[in-house]
Amino acid sequence: MWDLQGDLQTEGYRNGSRIRVLLTSNEAIAEAVRIARPEVIAAYPITPQSPIVERLANMIARGELNASFVRVESEHSAMAVIHGAATAGARVFTATSSHGLAYMYEMCWWIAGSRLPAVMAVVTRSIGAPWNIHGDHTDIVLLRDAGWIIGMAENAQEAFDMTLQAFYVSEEVNIPFAVGIDAFTMSHTAEVVELWNPRLPERKQAYRVLPMDKFAVNAVTMGKARMKARYDLALDLENSANVIERTDKDFGNHGGLVEKYRLEDADYAVVMMGGWCGDAKDAIDALREEGYKIGLLRLRFLRPFPKKAVKELGGDVLVVDRSNSDLRGVLGIEVSACGIEARNLVAGIGGVDVGVEEFYKIFKKFVDNKIDLGWYL
Amino acid sequence: MILPGNTSCQGCPISLAMRCLDEIENPVLVIPAGCSTVVAGLHPNSAMKIPVIHVPFASTNAVACGVKKAYDQLGIKANVIAWMGDGAADIGFATLSASAVRKDDLITIVVDNEAYMNTGTQASLSTFWKAKTTTSPKGKGDERRNLALIMIAHKADYVATATVGYIEDLRRKFRKAGEMSGFRFIHLHSPCPPGWRFPSEKTIEIARKAVASGAWALFEYHQGRLRFSPVGRRYVEKENRIPLADYLKSQGRFEHLSVEEIEELEKVIEEEWKILRKLSTD
Ligand SMILES: Cc1ncc(C[n+]2csc(CCOP(=O)(O)OP(=O)(O)O)c2C)c(N)n1
Ligand SMILES: [Mg+2]
Repeated sequence: MWDLQGDLQTEGYRNGSRIRVLLTSNEAIAEAVRIARPEVIAAYPITPQSPIVERLANMIARGELNASFVRVESEHSAMAVIHGAATAGARVFTATSSHGLAYMYEMCWWIAGSRLPAVMAVVTRSIGAPWNIHGDHTDIVLLRDAGWIIGMAENAQEAFDMTLQAFYVSEEVNIPFAVGIDAFTMSHTAEVVELWNPRLPERKQAYRVLPMDKFAVNAVTMGKARMKARYDLALDLENSANVIERTDKDFGNHGGLVEKYRLEDADYAVVMMGGWCGDAKDAIDALREEGYKIGLLRLRFLRPFPKKAVKELGGDVLVVDRSNSDLRGVLGIEVSACGIEARNLVAGIGGVDVGVEEFYKIFKKFVDNKIDLGWYL
Repeated sequence: MILPGNTSCQGCPISLAMRCLDEIENPVLVIPAGCSTVVAGLHPNSAMKIPVIHVPFASTNAVACGVKKAYDQLGIKANVIAWMGDGAADIGFATLSASAVRKDDLITIVVDNEAYMNTGTQASLSTFWKAKTTTSPKGKGDERRNLALIMIAHKADYVATATVGYIEDLRRKFRKAGEMSGFRFIHLHSPCPPGWRFPSEKTIEIARKAVASGAWALFEYHQGRLRFSPVGRRYVEKENRIPLADYLKSQGRFEHLSVEEIEELEKVIEEEWKILRKLSTD
């Protein structure tokens, strides 16, 4: 394992300079968490998330990170522990995947409804049945209606930057923030990452519960109170887009809610999110060389949904999804809800590999007007 | 600790027990779904004079653990109390067990009214043998489980059973738990007038009958010693007890029981006492 402790202590690093190291996206997230200095971490192991919290447990054991690490008996409790810790005013972190996210689902609603800042890494993985430990986005889309900010990184650098931005944004808008990365192709694949310390402000949050307060939080509501709270959350989630966009330059300059790749003059636009966008870009480059005016709108966020960027898309649109609801993909449904008539392809479920060559073929069919709705099986 | 005019039913043992929380310094209550949620007050009001964190049904000990860990990190002193019903202890059982194993520094109080009362008296794992509930219309076939013994098996720092029938004893146990640190567990017997079907002025009477008939044992476990509590000690011996029928027949949920069934229940209860007597250091 990389021992970054020495490097992280250097004066230069603390003053904002950068060090370049080889890290998987899991490791990059753990390094970002180290820099964010949460006070309480709780997690339960699941592939492919486990290396994140193992690395954090190691940092704590070696005295490099002063956090309580709570070994819980389930993901429901992992989220419950950080919910409690956040209620009491601590900066908190957890990570999960797949079944773990499903298992903690109830608590995900509570922490969002309670308007508590929190950061969770979601290493996206298929949900059973049947068993499958490989990547797709069927787990992270579960969070879509729970009231979370949901980001999806493309590479280890972005995973690192987004995790730090997550702490900042979450504490600014009082909404929990999920940082998504893809199973294995990101979580277990090393890339060069530039680590740096954006020096986050101290923990801040709308309220916390202290002894002696005569204060009840989340008591039974009647009438419009719950609806009003839900509306406020929806509105603030929508407006969190401003904070994300405004602070993008402070957290790696990745483009804000979206990354626009060769879209300026495109007649054909592909919409995707996650790690496989790297391969999609290579395929787009190849088609560009052949003279096709095609580009990619990479969604960096599922919530708040980048409606503006989607609505601005001209020409033909193809959405390639790694999750589905009915026969359609979840992003496909989201994009069409923006009034765009998009074609929709569901692919890469359960880790089915879709690389540059496949994307080339898919996009070629798209520009040749041969894809409508379908599954790439 | 709890204001008069709260939303509890007449004769509610929960509001009675909540009053006794003034024995515990710096309390922060964590309450999952259940009657206690309602008793503690409806938004935007609170019937409690102390902070209350309302949480999902299965999460109590985990949330309480998070609260305490955060206070520890931030240098804030508190007695965090996971205050739950028997049903919350069912659904949160793994969470409770993990909390005990970690020796979370908090007080867990299970207010046991022997059913899921807030949802309309469905049977829980604590529901007394043969009691009628809406999901055991012919009487519950399974035995109740003994949470306090399970917590002793976890080597909890403090385990006590208590009852709203003996408030002084209950207050002493709250106080003792509040003055200690570590994982502290109190299993509190709480007869529920509408759920058990008895008149609302009889809560204390029924609670005391439970003790006098041997249906509810009062003891404390601390530093490796199990001791019967003074108010209930004489009922350790079967011959000092009132007939079990006196306790059961004062409640509608046992109306259907035959003499033979009650005798059978007496035997089952005596089996539990045998275990307790073996463990006791008195
Ligand atoms: C996950 C989940 N399942 C079911 C419920 C519904 N529910 C709310 S309170 C309750 C029963 C509470 O029983 P108990 O813990 O014994 O408390 P009591 O009301 O008896 O005091 C149930 C089943 C819930 N809130 N959450
Ligand atoms: Mg109950």
